[in-house]
Amino acid sequence: MFLTFLTFLPLIGALALAFIPKEEEGAIKQTALAVAVADFLLSLQLYADFDTSTAEMQFTMDVPWITDWGISYHVGIDGISLLLYIMTTMLTAISILASFGIKKHVKEYMMAMLALSTGMLGVFISLDFFLFYVFWEFQLVPMYLIIGVWGGPRRIYAAVKFFIYTAVGSLLMLVAIIWIYFHFHETVGVFTTDIMLITQQINLDMIEQKWLFCAFFLAFAIKVPMFPFHTWLPDAHVEAPTAGSVILAGVLLKMGTYGFLRFNLPLFPLASVEFLPYVCGLAVIGIIYGALVAMMQEDLKKLVAYSSVSHLGFVMLGIFAFNHYGLQGALLQNINHGITSGALFLLVGMIYDRRHTRLIADFGGLAKVIPVFTVCFMIMTLSSVGLPGTNGFIGEFLVLLGMFQNEMSYAIVATSGVILAACYMLWMFQRVMFLEITNPENEKLTDMTPRELCTMVPLILFVFWIGFYPKPFTKTFDASIEHLITQVQPEDAHGSQDHHASTETTIKMAQATAVQNGTH
Amino acid sequence: MSFVSLAFLVPLFPLIGSIINGFFGLKIGKDRVSWVACAGPVMSFAVTLILLFSTFFHPEGTPYPEQSLFTWIAAGDLVIDFGFQIDPLSLVMMMVVTGVGSIIHIYSIGYMYEEYSYYRYFAYLNLFLFSMLLLVMGNNLLVMFIGWEGVGVCSYFLIGYYFEKKSACDAGVKAFVVNRVGDFAFLLGIFGIFKMFGTIDFTEVMTAAPTTLIYDGEAATLITLALFIGATGKSAQIPLYTWLPDAMEGPTPVSALIHAATMVTAGVYMVVRCSALFNMAPLTMMIIALVGGGTALFAATIGCTQWDIKRVLAYSTVSQIGYMFLACGVGAYTAAIFHLVTHAFFKACLFLGSGSVIHGMHHEQDIRKMGGLKDHFPITYVTFLVSTIAIAGIFPFSGFFSKDEILYHALMDGNVIYWGMGISGAFITAFYMFRLVFLTFHGPSHVDPHVHPHESPKVMTLPLIILAFLALTGGILGIPLIHGWHVLHNWLEPVLAFDLETALHASEVMLAEHGHHTSFAEVLHEAQNKSHNIWLEITLMIFSVGVALAGIATAWFFYIKKPELPGKLTKGQWGFDLVENKYYVDEFYDETIVKPVVKGSDLLWRQADARGVDGVVNGVAWVIKLFSRAASSFQSGFVRNYALIMVMGFIFLMIVSQIEI
Repeated sequence: MFLTFLTFLPLIGALALAFIPKEEEGAIKQTALAVAVADFLLSLQLYADFDTSTAEMQFTMDVPWITDWGISYHVGIDGISLLLYIMTTMLTAISILASFGIKKHVKEYMMAMLALSTGMLGVFISLDFFLFYVFWEFQLVPMYLIIGVWGGPRRIYAAVKFFIYTAVGSLLMLVAIIWIYFHFHETVGVFTTDIMLITQQINLDMIEQKWLFCAFFLAFAIKVPMFPFHTWLPDAHVEAPTAGSVILAGVLLKMGTYGFLRFNLPLFPLASVEFLPYVCGLAVIGIIYGALVAMMQEDLKKLVAYSSVSHLGFVMLGIFAFNHYGLQGALLQNINHGITSGALFLLVGMIYDRRHTRLIADFGGLAKVIPVFTVCFMIMTLSSVGLPGTNGFIGEFLVLLGMFQNEMSYAIVATSGVILAACYMLWMFQRVMFLEITNPENEKLTDMTPRELCTMVPLILFVFWIGFYPKPFTKTFDASIEHLITQVQPEDAHGSQDHHASTETTIKMAQATAVQNGTH
Repeated sequence: MSFVSLAFLVPLFPLIGSIINGFFGLKIGKDRVSWVACAGPVMSFAVTLILLFSTFFHPEGTPYPEQSLFTWIAAGDLVIDFGFQIDPLSLVMMMVVTGVGSIIHIYSIGYMYEEYSYYRYFAYLNLFLFSMLLLVMGNNLLVMFIGWEGVGVCSYFLIGYYFEKKSACDAGVKAFVVNRVGDFAFLLGIFGIFKMFGTIDFTEVMTAAPTTLIYDGEAATLITLALFIGATGKSAQIPLYTWLPDAMEGPTPVSALIHAATMVTAGVYMVVRCSALFNMAPLTMMIIALVGGGTALFAATIGCTQWDIKRVLAYSTVSQIGYMFLACGVGAYTAAIFHLVTHAFFKACLFLGSGSVIHGMHHEQDIRKMGGLKDHFPITYVTFLVSTIAIAGIFPFSGFFSKDEILYHALMDGNVIYWGMGISGAFITAFYMFRLVFLTFHGPSHVDPHVHPHESPKVMTLPLIILAFLALTGGILGIPLIHGWHVLHNWLEPVLAFDLETALHASEVMLAEHGHHTSFAEVLHEAQNKSHNIWLEITLMIFSVGVALAGIATAWFFYIKKPELPGKLTKGQWGFDLVENKYYVDEFYDETIVKPVVKGSDLLWRQADARGVDGVVNGVAWVIKLFSRAASSFQSGFVRNYALIMVMGFIFLMIVSQIEI
């Protein structure tokens, strides 16, 4: 119940905003922020109550919804989704605070942001295919609006591209879900969309797994985005308003990697192992390609966008390492990327607000004028580069270590990405922050305001906290990772999988059957 | 309570200093900044002394104490502690880092006082010391790696301290990126070690190395080679040395601390720390010796042709570190550390001396515009001369002892080629160093009449005097010939002890299990039959002093006796141009690596990404648009048509769902 409350609180907030008159922009902003901050603070309770010793879903709620079709409102959280959930509430609050400067349609904007939050949170907690798909599609709409209404000059093109790209991917996933739905009925005899149930009971042969894997893969690979499905990302980022970019990079991309962890690996373990060379190949290409292309960018936002392609490649590589190090690194890198890229987009947004340009060539010598900004920017740059002592290093190190234990060659090529990361980030930093001031407009820039500092400080704290003491974060992953590994490697897991089949799901099986027998 | 529990204070003090100065430096004023900045290293030095004395009473044969602060990373069976190791080897390094570090901090007060962002400089310098101490104190490879990259980033900050200057920024980025190339290999080495040993803890790995790795096996060679490539990045060896000369863009005390005394020697320290691994890889050892000897000779030749006082010293540093690697390559780890220590003394003194000259000459660095400065800079001159004699290797200055130990081992444990590289390097070193002294301090003055050279304040000359004294006397750490007098050798012995016999035997057994019956009896026989030949050592010493004197005499002949001769001889000589332009290595890298990467990336973006990948996407969208225009004719508005299409679709789906895919 608590989880449901947390998830829908932003939506309720959005509805409440509808009753505030349009003119009272201050009240609208404050209400939106209050709701988002409350949601974040309350979500910390999840962390406090989370039991790290089990891979079982926690804070679950399971209410029959459309009983004829076996659809239920089933939500819950495990180690894979916990931190993503909390990060989403945090980034929502930060994004709303960062959007106080918005001028156009403030009320609608804040409503969209809050609705978006509910959509994203829903994706991470859904344990029912139908529910998942509803949330998955639902969050597209506010994001589409945020880019399309409050975006830059080419916003319509970017928004449509973003929408169509994602929609095409998810349509194939929908077909696959429907196929699974019928297939499950055929083999097990129950109509259900319950993810946990299906994951445990489904029986797919290699060929079926391969087809289904591909369908899911396309949906998630577009979202991640993996090379070569990434071209929507730079366009969307460049046109999106700052907060849109923060959410896009921080949360929306994680839905892709989350999908792999929640669906592809547990549902199609054979295909996952089979496709490992291709997925890892694309991930490694993404790492190098993203970095090389990032190096050439003239627009700061595009540079950060392409760096995301590179960083998410590391996450994918960690997931497909199929061992504890790699998966832990991947999960942590998910969070790290949310923090670091989110912060970088905020910082780029700050100088954009002042100078109305994002072209690297328009800057230079800013370090002298805005020292506080410089320090923040430097910290985030180094975190993005993966300097030891910052969050970025721990994730990358574990991912590469994990991959090295599994398939050495991918790890070796991917590790060279750390050289390129230093190249493009530091070169960019030099051209923007160092050297002489060449453009007189940069001389009268003002340093960060207290509000802007408020958006940045929590992220900086996380950079060093994760960098020096990541245990409070990584310990939430452990049990779920162990469970996931047994799911992917069925040869030594058949025995343990039966153990994991909890009584809860057995009861649920019986109930589902009973309900359907009753109605037919 | 054991004294080791104090260990964490050593890196902590500079960290606190850095935080205070970084955040409040501008508000508290320059004098307080100086106090805060210098208090950190000095207090660390004091704690290091306590740790050093407590280690004197360490019972023989027992493991050295470690301090584990907390579990840093835990993933499955991988558990990495944030821990420190206090053993003779790390203590030597800690003494150098905190000791020389303190002296250079104090010197910086004088050198940097007029800078506006004085606090920023000290915040970086303290942060550097913190990272460097993590590097030398870490009890596992990953804590070392934090320090390893930490010193790299501090070096980047400090090289680019004058960030308005493009050359300084470029040099900073270059240093960081080239270092990252090395770090890439270092990381692979760490992964490999974890794969072989299941741990990255130094003590565990080094204890297990002889029985886990196969002597001269693939794993041993690849791991050590990766680590060594990491070392070439940090320690500026061929092929990754090009960043160090450019790093001279930073303030001169930085060059003394980071690019001479401490950071650049980190690679040597790492190799010595992992000596148990390197002992298992004779092929890597050979490569190390060749790279070290080659760099020693190569960089020395460039040193002869440079006109910037700091660049001469930079190439000299590259060359001297080459000697240290030459020592590592023949297994003379003690000699490597010995030279590391004496080099820290005399090279720091030389850099600070050059800083004193630059300071007194209003930032003039070209030695062609100096000359005859010895009367203007009496203290700087004497200390500079002492250190120059030390680096040239004249008895009884410190450099004589450490360099001759290396040369002796190069011949005894290596071969004539190693020794030949070393001794020719020694001749050139003596030559270019005295060329520097003669051009700067002797001969006629070429000083710009507007410049009024003046000796530096006491806060700068006192550090010079201390370092010169150490450069003069540092040799007592390793007095050769008389058994038992080599303090450093006895001190490091417990850390470097390696049982080759057990290792070879274990390798034979492991190979036999795989069906390979190899015998390492010859290797063992050769190693055991090495004896200390006192007479040879004495002969070599006399010879090398003679060589050094010859180098000095040559320099005297060319730059004092016949100063017009060098210009005449070198004019139009393509060989000289080649060396003066540093063998065009920078240009070579630029053409073969930097430019192709940049061009390729540009192509990748503009062609592959924008036209290729995105082109396909937009193409698909265009085709769909075409179809949808056709399809929109279905939208006739007649419900009957819709119903028909729905039914058709339903049937289609039914059929599809029956087909097995």
